[in-house]
Amino acid sequence: MTSKEVLLSLKDVTITFPKGKGVFTAVKDASFDIYKGETFALVGESGSGKTTIGRAIVRINPVAKGSIEFEGKLISEKLGMEETKWVTKSIQMIFQDPATSLNERATVDYIISEGLYNFHMYKDEDDRKAKVLKSLTEVGLLDEHITRYPHEFSGGQRQRIGIARAMAMEPRLIVADEPISALDVSIRAQVLNLMKTLQETKGLTYLFIAHDLSVVRFISDRIAVIHLGRIVELANTEELFKNPLHPYTKSLLSAIPMPDPILESKKVPLFYDGSEHDYSTDLPSFVEISKDHFVWANTKELESYKKILKI
Amino acid sequence: MERKVILSARDVVVKFRVRDRVLTAIRKVSLDLYEGETLAIVGESGSGKTVLTKTFTGMLESNGFISEGKIFFEDQDLVQIKNNKTWEKIRGSKIATVFQDPMSSLNPIRTIGTQITEVIIKHQKKNSKEAREIAIDLMDKVGIPNAADRFNEYPFQYSGGMRQRIVIAIALACRPKILICDEPTTALDVTIQAQILELIKNLQKEFGFTTIYITHDLGVVANVAQRVAVMYAGQIVEYGTSHEIFYSPKHPYTWALLSSLPQLGIKGEKLYSIPGTPPSLFYEVKGDAFAQRNPYAMNIDFEEEPPFFMITESHFAKTWLQDPRAPKVELPSAIRDLHATIVKIYGKEGV
Repeated sequence: MTSKEVLLSLKDVTITFPKGKGVFTAVKDASFDIYKGETFALVGESGSGKTTIGRAIVRINPVAKGSIEFEGKLISEKLGMEETKWVTKSIQMIFQDPATSLNERATVDYIISEGLYNFHMYKDEDDRKAKVLKSLTEVGLLDEHITRYPHEFSGGQRQRIGIARAMAMEPRLIVADEPISALDVSIRAQVLNLMKTLQETKGLTYLFIAHDLSVVRFISDRIAVIHLGRIVELANTEELFKNPLHPYTKSLLSAIPMPDPILESKKVPLFYDGSEHDYSTDLPSFVEISKDHFVWANTKELESYKKILKI
Repeated sequence: MERKVILSARDVVVKFRVRDRVLTAIRKVSLDLYEGETLAIVGESGSGKTVLTKTFTGMLESNGFISEGKIFFEDQDLVQIKNNKTWEKIRGSKIATVFQDPMSSLNPIRTIGTQITEVIIKHQKKNSKEAREIAIDLMDKVGIPNAADRFNEYPFQYSGGMRQRIVIAIALACRPKILICDEPTTALDVTIQAQILELIKNLQKEFGFTTIYITHDLGVVANVAQRVAVMYAGQIVEYGTSHEIFYSPKHPYTWALLSSLPQLGIKGEKLYSIPGTPPSLFYEVKGDAFAQRNPYAMNIDFEEEPPFFMITESHFAKTWLQDPRAPKVELPSAIRDLHATIVKIYGKEGV
């Protein structure tokens, strides 16, 4: 691998929401870097804070503590108008539900152009049209679709429109929040392939948010596992599947539904509730246990993990 | 092995009136369900898997009707049932359904307890005190901690997985003979999914009901099913035991479904995806419905509908490829040694 250039960097990011009179901490001290051109996956169950992190990166959720840097610039605080425009353009989002993330009363032409209008990203009307058509073609839709409304499309096609809308902005980073969870099996493969192709041709970087590790294995280079707002493990995809250390990662791996009756009949799902940790005196921290493999553990657990890794 | 057939559908055709047109959602489907087994029906959306099972409980939308065929259950032809009164004796009490979305299948403004006891009072003629005891016992069985304390809570106080447990408790309240699970875990997290599947399996052992799973997730199918029926464009195109469908599938559509699974994807390579879209069921389908998308299609596939060919006593496939005159086609390489491939990809951690 060539020298890795950091595109996005999170340092000790904590995100809170008001809850009654107090605060609810949705994300605790999240730190990771996303390198240019890679696919970084954030995996966890609902309520784990994975979407909250994604929304903080696109500046929807404010950060209570810590910092988010994009291309070396701090973006987690109040920005000037020009900088805000630059960030909004460069980081685009693809949503889970293709049915609700498109404006039902707008044509495909308008949906894809909206960002172009907002940022005056075109010279004249012809140029705008050309840009819309280009992004439609890229996602495998036809020119004639431009005048249609979202309800005239199938789920897979709508997700393509959502991707075309993001692509029209010529982004550097795409935050894809469960982009295939709501799709049918046969459509999933198409959308995953499309995302891969676009990444190769445009040199895009993805933050892929998902709850299913099996999909993530296929698409991502590195995986961070998040549980109750805390990143518990981070490693290269192969490493994470080969040497999962944190018990929560293990339980997620054991839960992957395998299309193999022999394996499934032998399957013993592991349940994780956090009770196996004793953090009363020996406090845990996020440690790089082997090269590029991080785990949330205390000294005693680190010892046992090291034995597993034989280091 | 002689097994007792509990429900039998014969040449069922279901049509829907949509504005001025007629859509044929189910095209001559026959299916036998054996007592105590778990049958999974797989297929993409629109293949008719949900519509088919709705005919077993008389829950077709008002613009839908069964135009041909018979469905036998307990010496009765369900197709002949015309009034809701008769249906109420079957639906819920003998054949119950667990729906996909636990958010919308519970009433948000009534307590969990009343939603369970309501069913018990209606179908089992118990008084409310007895019903409460049965309900708490059921809540306990489906794994709700402190069931008695949570009896008076509302659905919003429950998590998604807990809500689905309640839906299962309601479905089981009348000790049904058949439980239809319509994508019961699609809206849930993978870890919760594993728990719910485990729960249904254990309850099946305890209560002895027969289960029909409707799902598009072949991983779920491998976990739960003894037999699998694959549906495409309103028809069953292949059925057999779970081992037969996963390790020696015969229909090119089954091959395509298996090949497109992200679980089998090899990094850096394209995932197999099925080209095109299913045919519109507003028009009559000529030949094999899958022919347009089938890389192995022969001339006859566009002309004539294939019959079912028997592979083994339990395994049938509706494809001309099984005709003795057809060329021999090998399984696609991605799924040739499914078990070995998966073990290779996931190592022992996959287990």
